[in-house]
Parts: sequence; C-alpha cells; structure tokens
Amino acid sequence: MIDFGYGLTPSATLRIENVQNPLFEELHRREPDVAKCIACGSCTASCSAGCFTEMSLRRVILSLQRGREKEILPMLQHCMLCGKCQLVCPRGINTRHLILSIGKVYGPADQKEEVRP
Amino acid sequence: MSENVVVIGGGPAGIEASRRLRDLGYTPILIEKEPVLGGHLARWDRLFPDGVEARSVLDPMLQDLDGIKYFTDTTVSSINRLKDTWVVKLSNGLSAQVRAILLSTGFDLFKAEKKEEYGYGIYERVITNAELEDWFKAGAVPQFEGVHTIGFVHCVGSRDEKAGNRQCSKVCCVTAVKQACEFKEKHPEVTVYCFYMDLRMFGRKFEDLYLKAQKEHGVRFVRGRVSEVSEDIDGHLFVKAEDTLFGKPLKIKMDMLVLMCGMTPADGTPELARMVSIPMGEDGFLVPASIVGAPCIAPREGIFFAGTSTGPKTIPETLGEASAAALAIDRYLKTTARR
Repeated sequence: MIDFGYGLTPSATLRIENVQNPLFEELHRREPDVAKCIACGSCTASCSAGCFTEMSLRRVILSLQRGREKEILPMLQHCMLCGKCQLVCPRGINTRHLILSIGKVYGPADQKEEVRP
Repeated sequence: MSENVVVIGGGPAGIEASRRLRDLGYTPILIEKEPVLGGHLARWDRLFPDGVEARSVLDPMLQDLDGIKYFTDTTVSSINRLKDTWVVKLSNGLSAQVRAILLSTGFDLFKAEKKEEYGYGIYERVITNAELEDWFKAGAVPQFEGVHTIGFVHCVGSRDEKAGNRQCSKVCCVTAVKQACEFKEKHPEVTVYCFYMDLRMFGRKFEDLYLKAQKEHGVRFVRGRVSEVSEDIDGHLFVKAEDTLFGKPLKIKMDMLVLMCGMTPADGTPELARMVSIPMGEDGFLVPASIVGAPCIAPREGIFFAGTSTGPKTIPETLGEASAAALAIDRYLKTTARR
C-alpha cells in the first residue's frame, strides 16, 4: 500500500433511516415509556454514578434509539440502581425497570432473555 | 338608528367582534379582501389540541351574521380623520363615517420559498403545513410512490432574524404535533420525524398531545434545525440536521417533508396603519397602547385591535380578544360624547 500521506476517514454522520433496530423495538415493546423521554437530563444530573463515571441515562436512551448501543452499554455497568433518576424524571419513566430491561434485551448472551424475532 | 363601526378583516377576530358589537346594539360594517369570510380558519381542516373540525367553530359564526353589513372582495381605499370621526372609503365605492375602527387584519403565512435551503417550490415533495391541511380536508394525502418516511420541520420563518421574523409564531409547534398524529392515524406504517429547536407546548392539553405523539404514535423527535434539503434522481429528499442531543451531524432519506410556516404580519396592514397614523412594531405587527393592560386599544383615538394583527395567537385567544375589543369599543363610544 502506497502511503500518500492522507487517508479516508469514515463519515461520522448518523444515517438513522438505515438503522434496522429490532433490539430497540423489543425494548420499546417491554418499556413503552422509553418513548416518553424528553432528554431533559434530570436523570443524568441526579445520578450518583454520573459524578464519578461517564454514566448518563439520557445519553443511553438516545444512543439506543439511534442504534449505537455498542458505544454506550459499558456506561450502564456503573449504575447502582439507586433510583434517584426515577425520583426526578418529569415524565414518570420507571428508569430502574428500564435499565434492567435494557440489560435483558441488550446484555451479554448468558444474561439475556430470548428476544422475539 | 344604531351607530356604525367599521371592522377591517373578516377572519375569526373580525367576525366574532362584529357579532359582539351587534349584540351591544351597533351596526358593524365588516370588510374582507378575500371572496369569503373566515380567514385562515376557512382553509384549515382540524384544530389542536383535540382535533375538532375547523368547520365546527367557523360555521356557527357564519350562520349568525344578521345585523352585520359585510362586504367580501373589498378593500379599504382611504381613511381620513374628520373632526372626531374616521371617513372610510371602500374599493366598492361605498364609504362610511364612524367613530371607531377595529383592525382585525390577521396574519399571512410565512412564504416558505424564502427559505431556499428547504427547497419549497423546487422539490415536489416539500410541502407546507397549510397544504397538508388542504390534503386532510380533501380527505386524501396524495400517495407518493412508496412513502416510508416523512418529516416535519419546525420554526420555518420563525425565530429567524435572517428571514426577517424574530418572533415565535406560537402555534406551529403544536400544529406540527397535531398533524404528525393525524398522519400516523391515517398511515400508521409511515415513520414520522419532527425536527425542532424547542417544543413550546404552552397551552392546556398541548403537552398531552405531545405525549400521545411520543407514546402512542411513536413520532420521532430530533432536536436540531434542518440545515439543508436536497433531492436525488428519484425524487427522494435528503435532509441534513445536527442531532444536537447526540452531538453528531445527521442525514435522513425522506419521502416527504412538511414545512411549518409561521405567522408574519399581513401584507395589507402597514398601509392601513399609515392611513390612521399608528406605529408598526419593529416586528411588523401593530402596537397596542399597552401590550399587557390594553392589548385591544391603539395609541390613537377610535382605533382598536383584535386577533393576530398584534402578534401570533391561537383561535381561542383571538376569539377572546375579539369580545374584549367589542367591549372596549362600546366603552369608548359611550364615554366619548359626540361633538
């Protein structure tokens, strides 16, 4: 390979219409309230883990919607299920249950429940 | 014989104020430049937040015009001050001498072709909110072949200094959400996106409608202003925006795009303001004596306002203001002795 001194960088643009997202559809089936998120950031602001780690539930929900779970799922390991996010959520989303459901739908194969096709 | 009052503009504000003035014992002379009364409301199909038919609001008003002299297809040629009266000459040759004039001249929809980057008038599949209402009203949305994805672009010509409109048009956020829900009800298989800067769900039940759009209809809200629309050889649209929550540029292939055109001051209003020597606001809307305390009263004797001539308003706000304006006129005429 000749080194021309420059290379091609893959586009960072999101192409969300091409994203086949059966996992998110499954999550939405289990947790219809996930669609109610208005990205206010209250969960992230109140998050105990968020003070010390990159954990942000707002970002997790958005990334799952955009089919970018790989980048985001490691964050959830920091969650201690303390439930403060649930107390502050203005849309009344059961965030603890949502986080557990995310684990069931997206988690490692040995922990994952069978996802409907 | 009862005293005449001239009402300029035959939309909801003008009609409602005329009915109230008639109830108070006056003879309103209602002037409308279009061939029919009703303004933008006559064109609209359904109204937020509950989706009642626009007709169900307008028709009872139009069936209750006894005692109101109204002229359609008519404009004002001149207005002159004569002692304590205004002499109003009309394009149909008639004239009236009155002590009070109500300016209910309404708004024009922002001309979407001004935002050239959105491609209205260039790409066939880019339409406006009003055109979508036309389709809803006709009972059929044209079937572009293989419509899978449509988008609503909020704030077209609103909060846009470059387009000459700094103001928020107030009603388009909830109109877009209403139209998105209606579209999903008719075509549940279509994916619907809304591109917004803020969602201003200020009114009663507006937030409920937003929640319904999210939860029941799965409308996808993307926070980011559409920057550019282009077309491929098959007529599909490519929409670019930043997903500002995600922090990445975003590009979507769409089959149809609806532009939420905002409210701009009506074309004819500045000329009328000049005829009666009242100031226009920097934003092009009329300026009341006090925007908080006297929103219906002009800073000039015998001139009154109702509806969107003083800025964007919803239908119930407009109708409320029309009644208030009729009372303000009644009070003025009763407390000001004829010279």
